Amino acid sequence: MGSATVKLTIDGREVEVPSGTRVIEAAKKLGIEIPHYCYHPALSIAGSCRMCLVEIEKFPKPAISCHTVAADGMVVHTDSGVAKQARAAMLEFLLANHPLDCPICDQAGECKLQQYYMTVGQYDSALLDNKVKKSKAKIIGPHVMLDSERCILCSRCVRFTDEISKSHELGIFNRGDHSELSNYPGMSLDNPYSGNVVDICPVGALTDRDFRFKVRVWYLDSAPSICHGCARGCNIRVDYLTRRLHHNDGKRIARFKPRFNPEVNGHWICDAGRYSYKTLEDEDRLYNPRVTDGNGDNPGWNAITGRIADALSSHISEYGVGSVAVIASASMTNEEMWAARQLFYDGLKIEKIAWRIPPGPDDIDDDLLIRADKNANTFGAEQIFGPMTHAADVQQVLDKIAEGKIKAWIVLDRDLSPAFGEEKIRKLTGGLKFSLYAGSHLHATSRSCRFLLPTAVFTEKEGTITNFSGRVQYFPLVVPPLGDALPMLEALSRLSAALKLEPISTDPGAVFTALAGDIAHFKGTSYAELIKRWAPISKIPS
Amino acid sequence: MAVQNIIKVAARRREATLGFWERVYIFEVVRGLWITTEHFVGNLYYHILKLFGIIKVHPLTPTIQYPEEQRTLAPRLRTLHRLVRREDGSPRCVACMMCETVCPALCIKIVAAEGDKPQIEKRPKSFDIDMGRCIFCGYCVEACPEDAIRMDTGILDIAAYSREGMVLDIDTLLSLQPAQRRTDKEVDELQRRLLQ
Repeated sequence: MGSATVKLTIDGREVEVPSGTRVIEAAKKLGIEIPHYCYHPALSIAGSCRMCLVEIEKFPKPAISCHTVAADGMVVHTDSGVAKQARAAMLEFLLANHPLDCPICDQAGECKLQQYYMTVGQYDSALLDNKVKKSKAKIIGPHVMLDSERCILCSRCVRFTDEISKSHELGIFNRGDHSELSNYPGMSLDNPYSGNVVDICPVGALTDRDFRFKVRVWYLDSAPSICHGCARGCNIRVDYLTRRLHHNDGKRIARFKPRFNPEVNGHWICDAGRYSYKTLEDEDRLYNPRVTDGNGDNPGWNAITGRIADALSSHISEYGVGSVAVIASASMTNEEMWAARQLFYDGLKIEKIAWRIPPGPDDIDDDLLIRADKNANTFGAEQIFGPMTHAADVQQVLDKIAEGKIKAWIVLDRDLSPAFGEEKIRKLTGGLKFSLYAGSHLHATSRSCRFLLPTAVFTEKEGTITNFSGRVQYFPLVVPPLGDALPMLEALSRLSAALKLEPISTDPGAVFTALAGDIAHFKGTSYAELIKRWAPISKIPS
Repeated sequence: MAVQNIIKVAARRREATLGFWERVYIFEVVRGLWITTEHFVGNLYYHILKLFGIIKVHPLTPTIQYPEEQRTLAPRLRTLHRLVRREDGSPRCVACMMCETVCPALCIKIVAAEGDKPQIEKRPKSFDIDMGRCIFCGYCVEACPEDAIRMDTGILDIAAYSREGMVLDIDTLLSLQPAQRRTDKEVDELQRRLLQ
């Protein structure tokens, strides 16, 4: 190899790239998008779609820019007559057997066939032959549906299952225009990353069964966010509806899509994370503050925080502060944990703050993305609660309740029943003198608590979480909270005001600044910097 | 320019002053009464003639006696929507949401569902048009890739006792029929009347 970088000219503009870079990537660096289907930066190069043809001077004919390595002094034209004609002709081939059922295709609106047809397409068809019929709406896995007629045989999905998920379920069978994508006989596309083939499919061949016919994509707005499904903290894009809520069964969040971040998740997310959006607005959401033994009325935030403050103060004066435990969720944001520490440890002097629950036997780390720890912010909890608590393990707290040493608990957005069993939780909480739950959902744990405060899910608030490697990531508010729910930070702040303790700021930025001044791991990090690092959605799709 | 002229004319009108005879008032009252009487008597007389079929049209009786008498509609007039059926009776609509997207009044609401027949992949589970909001622009008809919605029922008297009543559902829209096609003679007659 010669020098480390090469200089080439694309569309009259010079660009310097590391040697070995493909022309398509060099063009991307200049902000030029060369139309392509089969090329994907994370997959091997197939060169099968021939859509990225460009004119390169001194080359005898157009060359595919995804496979041509940039060389010193190369002069590339992506928009010349030759390149345009080559692309239009290629697109005509790709569309030769395409059924053009865009009206019923879920990909319509984000389909690269549609996009490139509008920019480089040949509008009048010159084809007289009948289109080849193939199988339609074929279920090839728990999450994915295949329409072979729409497929342009780019083999991105085949390469994904071979190279990324390494599960090898898909292949292209038969020859010529009878070539057809399918799963191998007896195999179903059910690897934990199967949803990604839908994202990388540039056309409507592979569509999401979960998203099928729910809402047309042009009704959706997008916001960048962070997945809260496990400790990885994958960067995601939240697609949501603000108007036309008769679509998507009346729910605002329609789907999660991966957002490219080379340092965390690359181009992918797992299926568990992808479909975790369903819990955000399901029927178990807690909408109003509630007292479980009350008359079922909504007391309102002011009244209920007052009652909680009275009950908690009288409990502490009767049984002592040592009889109270806080069970925090390790999926809360760093700011909420800091506020909880301020309120319960510094304010009320409660020394038992537990968050640690060992992962279940089925939860294991895999070598791609999935982490055994299904909490989004365990690292943050270790940093923030770790130094001061006397009972980090939830098991310890449960044992002490069984012994009768703990007589009151405050559960912050956590369901203990999956880990410890519904029966046990119900039995233990029966003996509690005071129980408060602040969280987003109704479940076995929250139903057995006396006071319930509704809080927002992660798409309804902003904040930062720390992933398993210590990377602090910011996520913004996407949609306002449902019902009377409030962000946890605000709930804690109101509780603190009702207890007449030090006021807690409801602004995550201010809380983070206080936190960064105290906890070593966050020192030197500013909230504004995190917002800046939170990458907006990339303009050029991969 | 045109706008400035309009403003000028309006200003002049505002400044218009009454003449002497107009200010006397009594003569203007008599003149007004005369106009009313002329129309009343004329209308009464010619309408009676019309009632007995002695005359057909007369410039003094432009009133159409709705609803007994109804105006002939132009063939391309946009009237109440209907959903077109396929040959087997199922709706042609494939719930592609083109009409819902293009509708500037946001009066169309479609919910899509999996098709109920093997050859139909997607179908509308519900298709509501809020006629209280519709502005009869006809974009939905133009946007439809399947020719599934048309505005040719000839129905214009759309009324209901409530806002909800103005919302037509998929069954109603599918049950509507196109307006009767006119014979050539009727079209000629219509054109003659319209050109009059």
